[in-house]
Amino acid sequence: MQDFSFPAPPASPDTESLRAEVREFLGTELASRPASERIKSWSGFDADFSRKLGERGWIGMTWPKAYGGHERSALERYVVLEELLAAGAPVAAHWIADRQSGPLILKVGTEEQKRAFLPRIAAGECFFCIGMSEPDSGSDLAAVRTRAVPIEGGWRVNGTKLWTTYAHHAHCMILYCRTGAAEERHGGTSQFLVDLTLPGVTIRPIADLSGERHFNEVVFEDVVLPASALIGPEGNGWNQVMSELAYERSGPERFLSTFVLLVELIRALGASPSDQATDAAGRLGAQLVVLRRLSRSVAGMLQKGENPALQAAVVKDMGAIVEQEIPEIARQLVATEPALRSPDVLSAVLGYAILNAPAFSLRGGTREILRGIIARGLGLR
Amino acid sequence: MHSPFGQVLKAIRENEPRAIPLGYRTERSFQNPLPDNGPESPFTPRGPKVSETSQIVWDTAARLFTEQFTPQELHRAEAGEWLGAQWDRIEELGLPLALVPEEDGGVGLDAIEGAMLVRIAGSFAVPLPLPETMLANRLLAAAGLPLAAGPATVAPVRLDDRLTLARTEGGWRLSGVAHRVPWGRSAAVLVGLAEHEGRVLAVRLTGAQVRTEPGVNLACEPRDTLRIEGVAAESAVAPLPDGFGLAECFAMGAALRTAAIAGAVGRVLEMTVGYANDRVQFGRPIGKFQAIQQSLAIMAGHAAAAAGSADVAAEAMHDGTVLLPIAAAKARAGEAAGSVATIAHQVHGAIGFTHEHSLHFLTKRLWSWRDEFGNEAHWNRVIGRRMIAAGADGVWPLIAAL
Repeated sequence: MQDFSFPAPPASPDTESLRAEVREFLGTELASRPASERIKSWSGFDADFSRKLGERGWIGMTWPKAYGGHERSALERYVVLEELLAAGAPVAAHWIADRQSGPLILKVGTEEQKRAFLPRIAAGECFFCIGMSEPDSGSDLAAVRTRAVPIEGGWRVNGTKLWTTYAHHAHCMILYCRTGAAEERHGGTSQFLVDLTLPGVTIRPIADLSGERHFNEVVFEDVVLPASALIGPEGNGWNQVMSELAYERSGPERFLSTFVLLVELIRALGASPSDQATDAAGRLGAQLVVLRRLSRSVAGMLQKGENPALQAAVVKDMGAIVEQEIPEIARQLVATEPALRSPDVLSAVLGYAILNAPAFSLRGGTREILRGIIARGLGLR
Repeated sequence: MHSPFGQVLKAIRENEPRAIPLGYRTERSFQNPLPDNGPESPFTPRGPKVSETSQIVWDTAARLFTEQFTPQELHRAEAGEWLGAQWDRIEELGLPLALVPEEDGGVGLDAIEGAMLVRIAGSFAVPLPLPETMLANRLLAAAGLPLAAGPATVAPVRLDDRLTLARTEGGWRLSGVAHRVPWGRSAAVLVGLAEHEGRVLAVRLTGAQVRTEPGVNLACEPRDTLRIEGVAAESAVAPLPDGFGLAECFAMGAALRTAAIAGAVGRVLEMTVGYANDRVQFGRPIGKFQAIQQSLAIMAGHAAAAAGSADVAAEAMHDGTVLLPIAAAKARAGEAAGSVATIAHQVHGAIGFTHEHSLHFLTKRLWSWRDEFGNEAHWNRVIGRRMIAAGADGVWPLIAAL
């Protein structure tokens, strides 16, 4: 059995002034943003807002100053993230780059790559998307078929990536693809930094079940990448992707996606709700308190350079359950009907949450995959 | 020193080079405190907040529990026998004084370290009033009263029970009924808590002043009704300091039960994973089936939540018994207790449903402990009321402050 422990998060005594600063900023910036927009949580896209965060120094917070970062602690970054999410700030534009693309570049990138991308990411001016899933490679990530073939001075890429969130607004993709023999499941893969404006890249939006267009199909047809696009050693793709996932899976966005609905639920319940409603709201509060503790613990482990992939899977699996429970509980406590464009705030927010909840246990690793990872950690596989 | 106990620990602490060959680990270590008990517990907290003393206490306690609480002993305790020899060993180690400051004659673990001891005891289903005596001694020390020689407990333990305290000639009279008091019948000392003129006073009573009607929880741990009609001398009554109101004392009980639940849940997970790896059906260990793996992964999530809850509660106890984090912790751990017990029995199948198999020692405690010192509904309502009072825009600041 692997180590499942969640050490106490490191003390962070100086975060309260930072928290107050973020709250003040959000109070102004989000004043006119209605709850029906704020419920989009980290799917809400606003490039201007991301640039403002960059100006504040709230992107790339933990990175070295030499690369445009701010050398803040992981727990300080955590405070900013959770405040943004709790307020329903539109953070999608920079979220991926700040969370995993930037840290990947910092970890395995060349000096040239670091200088080229990190300062622009930290400024909120360069947005990334994740090139992992494919039509025939969803949960089975090792089955990717997109292939980069070495050519004179670089690589030629052919293949299709799918479910690529905000590829149509992103500047770059971290592409995960084959570079070795097809029969090598893990060893023959690499990652590339891909400029999405290159010839041969076609991005086609896919509407989700509510009709919104945030994810895409990205087709590569003889796309020529320079040799400098390779990130990390050739053949190291699988290891890199796996360590990226610890960043991807443990953050507060894994249990706060529907927090705006909880806020609106409390508003709708008013000052004297039934005992049943009070208990149900309190139960959600208790769940969030404990999840937050575990998630902050993972942030502390990441700061120490550990790879808490297992703990991250635990947090994401439990977090998705709570995010999905919030709409189910809210609808039992207030007699309303969900409707996306309803003038009634709770109705609209509930509608959005119900329509998006299925994704919470799919994106970033399905519930079943996460539980498989946990089972392996338990020594069952 | 108020107490003759704790000598072994004191000796170990002052005599490290001799203690090591005796098998006591004195080095600072962040690893598992259950060295002799099967696979290393993956749920043991690690981190900088581990003092040398606490590591020694955990290690020696785990060694003692491994040795002393075999299924035979657990069966004897379940049949109603008082395990006096085992209690004496626990006292020799000074464990009941874990939460008492050193200057008051205790071991001087802080609340976080003390809660860890309760967690270890929970993982062994220790059928003795260790958390209760630790809490009683902590309250006695806080009130400046003599510590308990022997097992002790605290009453009341239910929020709807109230004891009344009145002045009599030359002392005090404590009266009232306290239901479901843990180990009431076994306690040499009962710490009665009562409000008097706006303060909470601790009253140190001995067994003779209490009439006991026996009761048990599902694990057959004594949960007795105490009819208290006792006169206490002036010297046996003292006010508790700030931070030790009735609500806080109740919450301390909840924090310690949360720790015990986390320990038991962690052990149940280990047992169940072990069973799934050993039990062969359809030609392979049942743990190779995805249906079983997914169930055990859910269990691991609950175990992590219970452990996290125990940490939250212990820190809140350490920080002056802050109610809200303890409320969240007991509620979440209580939920974990039920889910973990359900999955454990499902995976263990019929053998786990027998009296002979050891699983029930833990699951019956989980089914009991989740309802003691406030069930999920009780604590969820405490949080819910605070959330409602905070209002929509105050909910996040409330959660973020915990």
